[in-house]
Amino acid sequence: MTSGWSIYVIVLVVANIVGAAWLLFWVRSTSGGASGKPQSLGHDFDGIQELNSPLPLWWVYLFLGTIAFAVGYLIFYPGLGSFAGVLGWSSVKEHDQDVAEAQAHYGPIFAAYAAKPISELTKDDAALHIGQRLFANNCAPCHGSDARGGLGFPDLTDNDWKWGGEPETVEKTILDGRKAMMPAFAPALGGPQGVESVIAYVMTLSGRKADAQLAEAGKPKFMQICAACHGPEGKGNPVVGAPNLTDNIWLYGGSHDAIAEGLAKGRFGQMPAHRDVLGAEKVHLVASYVYSLSHGSSN
Amino acid sequence: MANKTAGGVETYEYGVVRAFALMTLVWGIVGMLVGVILAAQLIWPDLTYGVPWLSYGRLRPLHTNAVIFAFGGSALFAASYYAVQRTCGTRLFLPGLARFTFWGWQLIIVLAAITLPLGYTTAKEYAELEWPIDILITVVWVAYAVVFFGTVAKRRVQHIYVANWFFGAYILTIAVLHVVNSLEVPVSWFKSYSIYAGTVDAMVEWWYAHNAVGFFLTAGFLGMMYYFVPKQAGRPVYSYRLSVVHFWALIGIYMWAGPHHLHYSALPDWAQTLGMVFSVMLWAPSWGGMINGIMTLSGAWEKLRTDPILRFMIVALSFYGMSTFEGPMMSVKSVNALSHNTDWTIGHVHSGALGWVAMISIGSIYALIPRLYGRERMHSTSLINVHFWLSTIGVVFYIASMWIAGLMQGLMWRAAGDDGMLTYSFVEALAATHPYYIGRLIGGVIYLSGMLVMAYNVIKTIQLAPATEPEPVALAMPVRAVSAAAAS
Repeated sequence: MTSGWSIYVIVLVVANIVGAAWLLFWVRSTSGGASGKPQSLGHDFDGIQELNSPLPLWWVYLFLGTIAFAVGYLIFYPGLGSFAGVLGWSSVKEHDQDVAEAQAHYGPIFAAYAAKPISELTKDDAALHIGQRLFANNCAPCHGSDARGGLGFPDLTDNDWKWGGEPETVEKTILDGRKAMMPAFAPALGGPQGVESVIAYVMTLSGRKADAQLAEAGKPKFMQICAACHGPEGKGNPVVGAPNLTDNIWLYGGSHDAIAEGLAKGRFGQMPAHRDVLGAEKVHLVASYVYSLSHGSSN
Repeated sequence: MANKTAGGVETYEYGVVRAFALMTLVWGIVGMLVGVILAAQLIWPDLTYGVPWLSYGRLRPLHTNAVIFAFGGSALFAASYYAVQRTCGTRLFLPGLARFTFWGWQLIIVLAAITLPLGYTTAKEYAELEWPIDILITVVWVAYAVVFFGTVAKRRVQHIYVANWFFGAYILTIAVLHVVNSLEVPVSWFKSYSIYAGTVDAMVEWWYAHNAVGFFLTAGFLGMMYYFVPKQAGRPVYSYRLSVVHFWALIGIYMWAGPHHLHYSALPDWAQTLGMVFSVMLWAPSWGGMINGIMTLSGAWEKLRTDPILRFMIVALSFYGMSTFEGPMMSVKSVNALSHNTDWTIGHVHSGALGWVAMISIGSIYALIPRLYGRERMHSTSLINVHFWLSTIGVVFYIASMWIAGLMQGLMWRAAGDDGMLTYSFVEALAATHPYYIGRLIGGVIYLSGMLVMAYNVIKTIQLAPATEPEPVALAMPVRAVSAAAAS
């Protein structure tokens, strides 16, 4: 704040507070009906008269009390322009102090867990409980309270992993996030007829019924284009996050129309990075919890 | 006289007051019905599944606009147009322009009721209407100011009655707030962007929105209270001096209170502090109005036994006092840290809206309708009593549910275990709120049913009204003429 604005703010604030106090004392000092029965002012507005009763004393003290509070608060805390207040308080300082205190208090708990491998933590009830609380407040909005996901959000309980299911891989996914890209392939597949044949072939990969002739026609196209990521057998590739197409688990739905939409428009899945949000030590506990969901835990 | 006269006698302009009074009732029922639908949607999220224009996000601004500006606005137009004529002892200035404000205001409401469900919005809370409607609001509001201040200017009494101070402050301030907050760059007929950005936009928005509470929902309705309470009680106003102090203190301090909506945000600390300390200083000036109202009634307590209209007014004043204590308390940062974003805020707003604004309006309309239609009293006093109890029970159900829900949410959101982890997830707090949402719906339905009882009573009163002659302007004391004669 420039000093000009600071003075502007200070003048307005002081004028308003002093003005309120002056108003109170000035009106209280005016005579008329101060003693005995309140007098009518002799006004008549559509039959409405006005008395001139004195200000209730308790109310005057209430008003003065709030004025005193305001003055005191403005001495101790920032409010009068760029005057920082005698306490030197600021919201940033308070936040940093709170974080430092929490770090000092809870830090050792997390440091102890960070030193243990995930395989060990999945057998530790206390660790899993912390992981579950972190999951509920940070992961559940997309993956669901029960971690079973939804359309476009992977089920974390089924041991089917797009990016690999090793404990360290799961942890890396949470730490740094993932970006999955399925391009729109309809034109490259030769328009609607080509798309239909590839859909038929893809459906046969997971043992579902499809027009045999169409599927036969789709196979060479699959081998030419889709196999680059999903592999010649359609079993996917965790290095690029290409899903396994043979297990009948579908991130965006497995109906004919859902597959057609994926081919026509592509898919773009994004898992945000949590390294800066939660910190590596807490991610370690979340990863343990997530891993335990499909690998059993002590309970 | 230059004004329209009946048989050469100047008469009060009641046509526009009648029109606004009746629309108060219509928009009250519509706005509260939408509120009931929203309350039900929070219990059954799929209630209007698949119909975009009935979705929560579109109906919510329709509800707030309908109850504040359509219901509350029509009540304020009716009360101010009636009270300013009577207390100034003169016919309304430019009655044709007053009728224009009626049709203009109704057009604005209808346009809001069409565009908001269609999804057209500026996304500014309580100022969602798009720029062509903003311009229309400005035109109508300026016309309102001309009629009101024109009437005050040609008054026949020397002093300006306190109700008119409050009406005047509300009309002037809303004009400033609306224009400054709505400055926007249009990109098409239905889309505009605010000229402010980021934190400044947030600060302007809450400067506007909190003063909409301060000047529309407080000053305006205090004006209504200052006319109808002494009139209905048949008692003099308690203290002129108190009126002076609390009027000037209220309008001086309210302007600062907006930042308390932005505690713990990117708003600089100094602005948050000022929002808080001035909100605390608002406590006493707000209570000044309550004291003046209640002490005016105090000589007429026995009338509460027989007059349910006075009961509406005393309960309205009680809720006013309660909300204006609760507000400063919630603006204190450490309290706000618990209450912010919880349903406690919703409870606070509705103790003000249903308890104060709606109940003082309902009482005033009950007092007004017989006077406008030449009858001694409403068709049925016992139905007013029924309405009183429905309103009181409804609002208590509503705010008690929201208080409990809000405190519970605030406590659940911050609860943490020995390991520093949050004990509950958001969804767990939401699930725990479910029963209180049902309590809120019950309260809302009870309150709405009272409005239907009122509609029946008003219709019967009007149907059985005799053909009325325009009422001549009567002055108990033509002060101006007297003092002018004395001066000459």
